[in-house]
Amino acid sequence: MGKRTIIPFGPQHPVLPEPVHLDLVIEDEKVVEAIPSIGFIHRGLEKLVEKKEYPEMVYVIERICGICSFGHGWGYCAAAEGAMGVEIPDRAEFLRTIWHELSRVHSHLLWLGLLADGFGFESLFNHCWRVRETILDIFEETTGGRVIFSVCKVGGVRKDIDADTLKKIADTLENIKADIKSLTDVFLDDVSVKNRLVGVGYLSKQDAIDLCTVGPMARASGINQDLRFNGHGKYLEVGFTPCIEEQGDCYARCKVRIREIFESIGIIQRCIEAIPEGAIDVPVKGKFTGEFITRMEQPRGEAVYYAKAFDPGKETNYLERMRVRTPTNMNIPAMVKTLQGCDLADVPMLVLTIDPCISCTER
Amino acid sequence: MSEKKYAIQDIQNIAASELLERVRKLKEDGYRFSQACAMNREYGQDLLYSFDKDHILLNLKVKVNEGEEVESITGEYWPAFIYENEMHDLFGIKFLHNALDYNGNFFVTAEPTPWNPKK
Amino acid sequence: MSYITKSPWVIHYDGSSCNGCDIEVLACLMPMYDVERFGIINTGNPKHADVFLVTGSVNEQNKNVVKQIYEQMPEPKVVVAIGICACNGGIFKECYNILGGVDTVIPVDAYVPGCAARPEAIIDAVVTGLGILEQKRQALANGELLKEPEPEAAVAAPEEAAEEGKEEA
Repeated sequence: MGKRTIIPFGPQHPVLPEPVHLDLVIEDEKVVEAIPSIGFIHRGLEKLVEKKEYPEMVYVIERICGICSFGHGWGYCAAAEGAMGVEIPDRAEFLRTIWHELSRVHSHLLWLGLLADGFGFESLFNHCWRVRETILDIFEETTGGRVIFSVCKVGGVRKDIDADTLKKIADTLENIKADIKSLTDVFLDDVSVKNRLVGVGYLSKQDAIDLCTVGPMARASGINQDLRFNGHGKYLEVGFTPCIEEQGDCYARCKVRIREIFESIGIIQRCIEAIPEGAIDVPVKGKFTGEFITRMEQPRGEAVYYAKAFDPGKETNYLERMRVRTPTNMNIPAMVKTLQGCDLADVPMLVLTIDPCISCTER
Repeated sequence: MSEKKYAIQDIQNIAASELLERVRKLKEDGYRFSQACAMNREYGQDLLYSFDKDHILLNLKVKVNEGEEVESITGEYWPAFIYENEMHDLFGIKFLHNALDYNGNFFVTAEPTPWNPKK
Repeated sequence: MSYITKSPWVIHYDGSSCNGCDIEVLACLMPMYDVERFGIINTGNPKHADVFLVTGSVNEQNKNVVKQIYEQMPEPKVVVAIGICACNGGIFKECYNILGGVDTVIPVDAYVPGCAARPEAIIDAVVTGLGILEQKRQALANGELLKEPEPEAAVAAPEEAAEEGKEEA
């Protein structure tokens, strides 16, 4: 039985692109307790609803996070459209689904790269990010932006993608599949990589339920929870299979995300086949009315969007309250739980496998 | 037409005293805690708790008068500590029996309780 | 870029950015843009670094962290503010928890506009920063004082500072 020591981890730490701070209580080499403290990048952007009108607010919400930016924009627009009773055209829903799934592919490739960096496999890190650039090129070609592209608006989307470009996207994705597979095979089959992942950070199904985990974290512990089932977008129309694994360790989380990359590519290709011609937006005018709460499946899991207008009779162009609850918020308790009893050297792996997005968490 | 589960908007108004009992019941029924947030009203705040079951959301809107203390739900759903600390730091709402209380050090802000500044 | 005779190392800190600029900073180091071929390496240790890349604006909780990293870096050093948030607060300027751009806390040598800043712009700024670094290195070698005057001192004695300036002129 060793002496207890507290090791501070972060906020500026080589494996973390973002600031988060953990107080790790260590006994010899084992972590007995981890206390998270966040708030380094709290901006308080929800309060900007007082200063920005509802069509402008989408730009603020998109900048919650530069990785799942499109999904946040969509979530906000879906909440606003729900509150005001706006029905958006089919083509817009298809385009949103395509961009959202492209974001998922890019986000998961980014995460795989960071994970590879976390276990010290630098060339794999570089290769994951090299493939990711293909997706960013698609974003740039279709929207003009690489990471934040503001194509969602209340009432539809801002930009259309023509048929030739759509076909090109489908072909590009088909072509990079083999490239992605050659990388993901390393994650799933390489002995030394498996050594770092298999059995590390085990989270049982019951714990995952008790700790209310969301997204790939929950799915890797055998919970069938995927918000793409709730009817937003065109997922139910084109069909998809949620990726669920039972083992609950870092390896399973990695596998869930890898399977999701290929699933998303399939969704995009089916959307491109099924997309109808038509308008891409409907005009939305007048004051903001109503109240709506909705959810989106972000690359990191369930995100909640709540939009509320001022009371009937006092409505303005502003929202009274906008609330975004992001997936990392819900996964921090699970991270704290899996950190208990792990080796000190595995801490970066465990922090990374929840795919933390701190700027999401603190807004 | 595909099923639009997100269109179901189940928001129930309850009093602060009923909260813990309702939450206990939801936990027994297998609901998953999803989020909690606060918003300013003339009388104080409304707290919105959301729970999920089979991809359908159930929301409890709790009326809290200014300065009223609210029973923490961390006994039932431990992950709620994040939201309770957040509401404490941003709105100044006091929670009783919070399982992991940061005592106002969760978010360090330039001014205390920026959403509900003390006059 | 012929003036790069050494391999400058960079350190990156995320003030309160949205990640957009951070992933673009990382993208610069990746195969597509690959600044590592010039010997530019991202280090985690402030004492190894020559260039400090800051993304995002500064808030109450991280201003000391930014200051600490800056003070730990050896002279000569260059600070590059990446993205509009790091320049002046950007879209979040009106938020209650934002103090403003990075220059409210530490002196900044190069600013990169954009939301998110593009990798090309970031590389351009770092190259500009390296020019400034070279000047600072020369100045240091010539024994000139590099440290900027303490802001308090400058405020306390503006006339004195002005007179000194006249004398030098």
